[in-house]
Amino acid sequence: MKGLNLRSIGLSLLAPVIAIVVSVLVTSLVIAAVGSSPGDFWSAMFSNPLPRLRVNIVNQTAIIYIAAVAAAIGFRMNLFNIGLEGQYTLASYAAAAFAGGAYLSGFANVLVSILIAIAVGAAWAGIAGVLKTTRGVSEVISTIMLNSIAIFLVGYLLNRYGVHEGNSVHTTRLADGSTLTGFTPYLPRDGQIWALSVLAVIVGIGFWVLLNKTHFGFDLRASGMSSTAAVASGINPNRMIITAMMLSGGVAGLIWLPALFGGATSYGTSFQSGLGFLGISVALLGRNRPLGMLFGAVLFAFLNSQSNTLTFSTDISPSIVQITEGVAVLAVVVAFEVVRRWRARLEQRVVGREHAVATEVTA
Amino acid sequence: MRRLTKLSAVTAVAALALAGCGGSSGGSDGGSGNKPSASKDICKTAKGSGPKIGLAYDVGGRGDQSFNDSAYAGLAKAVKAFKATCVEGEATDGEAESAREDRLRQMADGGATAVVGVGFAYSDAVNAVAPDYPKVNFAIVDGFDPDTKANANVAYLTFAANEGSYLVGVAAAEKSKSGQIGFVGGVHNDLIKGFEAGYTAGAKAAKPSIKVDVAYIQESDLKGFADPAGGKAAATGEFDKGADVVYAAAGASGSGAFDAAVAAGAGKWAIGVDSDQYLTATAAQKPHILTSALKRVDTATYDFIKSVNDGKPATSYTTYNLKNDGVGYSTSGGFVDDIKSDIDGYKAKIISGDITVPTKP
Repeated sequence: MKGLNLRSIGLSLLAPVIAIVVSVLVTSLVIAAVGSSPGDFWSAMFSNPLPRLRVNIVNQTAIIYIAAVAAAIGFRMNLFNIGLEGQYTLASYAAAAFAGGAYLSGFANVLVSILIAIAVGAAWAGIAGVLKTTRGVSEVISTIMLNSIAIFLVGYLLNRYGVHEGNSVHTTRLADGSTLTGFTPYLPRDGQIWALSVLAVIVGIGFWVLLNKTHFGFDLRASGMSSTAAVASGINPNRMIITAMMLSGGVAGLIWLPALFGGATSYGTSFQSGLGFLGISVALLGRNRPLGMLFGAVLFAFLNSQSNTLTFSTDISPSIVQITEGVAVLAVVVAFEVVRRWRARLEQRVVGREHAVATEVTA
Repeated sequence: MRRLTKLSAVTAVAALALAGCGGSSGGSDGGSGNKPSASKDICKTAKGSGPKIGLAYDVGGRGDQSFNDSAYAGLAKAVKAFKATCVEGEATDGEAESAREDRLRQMADGGATAVVGVGFAYSDAVNAVAPDYPKVNFAIVDGFDPDTKANANVAYLTFAANEGSYLVGVAAAEKSKSGQIGFVGGVHNDLIKGFEAGYTAGAKAAKPSIKVDVAYIQESDLKGFADPAGGKAAATGEFDKGADVVYAAAGASGSGAFDAAVAAGAGKWAIGVDSDQYLTATAAQKPHILTSALKRVDTATYDFIKSVNDGKPATSYTTYNLKNDGVGYSTSGGFVDDIKSDIDGYKAKIISGDITVPTKP
């Protein structure tokens, strides 16, 4: 029995190891195929980052992690919320516009802006939830469409109500009292770790508690594993769908807020787009587990932040980083499935052998 | 058999991934014809003893045959003239503001004395970085100072792009047989609205009855400058509605508009932007490229580097317009030769101040 335990630990590590090996292999092959040196790439990517890059990595990890948790809430219920991008774009704009308006001062302004971001993100995701429960529209389709609508809507509002300056436009900049001073681990010019990065910690712990310690989390996981069994045990599927979508969208609303209050001070050219899709990738990479996603977020933040270093120290295009990230996600998904099937067959064989032995004895 | 399944699964992943990269690089090559390969890159070969120059591209990057490539042309000229060395960096769609800052800092830390941010999106980043490097001179193409504190080591290179667009608007209206022309903007921001305003004004001046269809690829997302498929869709829509000349002010997305003109058939024209795009177009596209509205980012980049090399670095705002040949139109292909005198007539009036070109549509 002990041998079996060791083997099961080995098996659970097998999938991530295969995934890492495959993504390293594929990236190296691609780099070699375009005529550059894979060795250069790996040494540049995993060189010790500069102090300011370490700060960026922490900041990026925080916001990518929030995005991943937002995606995972949906995934755990078999809801594919592709709409994070639109939800956090709209929520970020709403929060920045409100905060810039300076209706409140100081910390109250920040707090209410956070609540507005959550509400807007939840409401936008809720539309997809309502469409699914009342009209049977797949959330994949509706959220993709809502993404386009949200991005155009924000562009329109920004053009119309934003502050036009030079060739760009942005929301009113935050008053000094509404920006939050973060933690400065190195020199001031190396930047600061955003104060609201702490949201990532709260969201991560909240996610774990919600899933494992609450009634709602149990219902959520049950609905995700088998909707029919969930209905049979008295869970209202429509209510679960809408709540899960809104929860996912509400968390998505938080994604960019650390940056907004940490230094961007307005929604404009400094807005970082694409985090919604990055969050989906990281949730897949981390298998929707709080710790797995943390690992994924660190990895992606690290790779993204190092891509400038790559440009300056090698002749390799930074686009390679996107290939590495894509392959990593793909490899994780495939490797887990392959290992799962292999394991199932292995168990079958063990059971089969025990059964054969048992029948021999009785015979 | 089982091992074979496993093996084939792994190969399948690799194949999928490789096919994915093949597809994307093929796509960008298809859009940009003879994109210079890394080995032809001047920054890889330049080994002079002159100043070191950093050039940070906007989304779309080098190979867009438009805005960014124009900056590269200026850089290449400066590197040769001053025996300089250079480093390049490129913005990726959806990158963090901190990534832009880091790119500039890495250039300055690496010893660059002149750093050019190509595109207004670098305005905030330069404003944050410049005070930390008082001995490095920065320039931003299309840039502006986002706060009231002036930077002593930053030059803002702005263009009266509406004036160049006015002239190609004249050309479009005079060449149009259907009385309907089109405009495709990359992103619906104030910068590109200036192109639209000039183009429409020029067309209406040449032919008051002209109808101008306007479309933008993106409302605010900068990826509108790097989306040939989006450019093609927008231009095709305008050709379908009856336009016979379409002006694409959309950076790398413009090649999609050229393809749309090719697909629309003989007698349909596209107008390029920023660089003389006839020169870099594919053989199929060439007969359809009427002219290009030039925005001499190359001149501005070169002038700035020259000023730094001369020890009298440019600072504050410099505007490039028709008067100082900072904007204009191209005649490659010879398709506008018959109306050249008309266009030059409008050009003279703009320079003399008889015509004021609007900056807002």
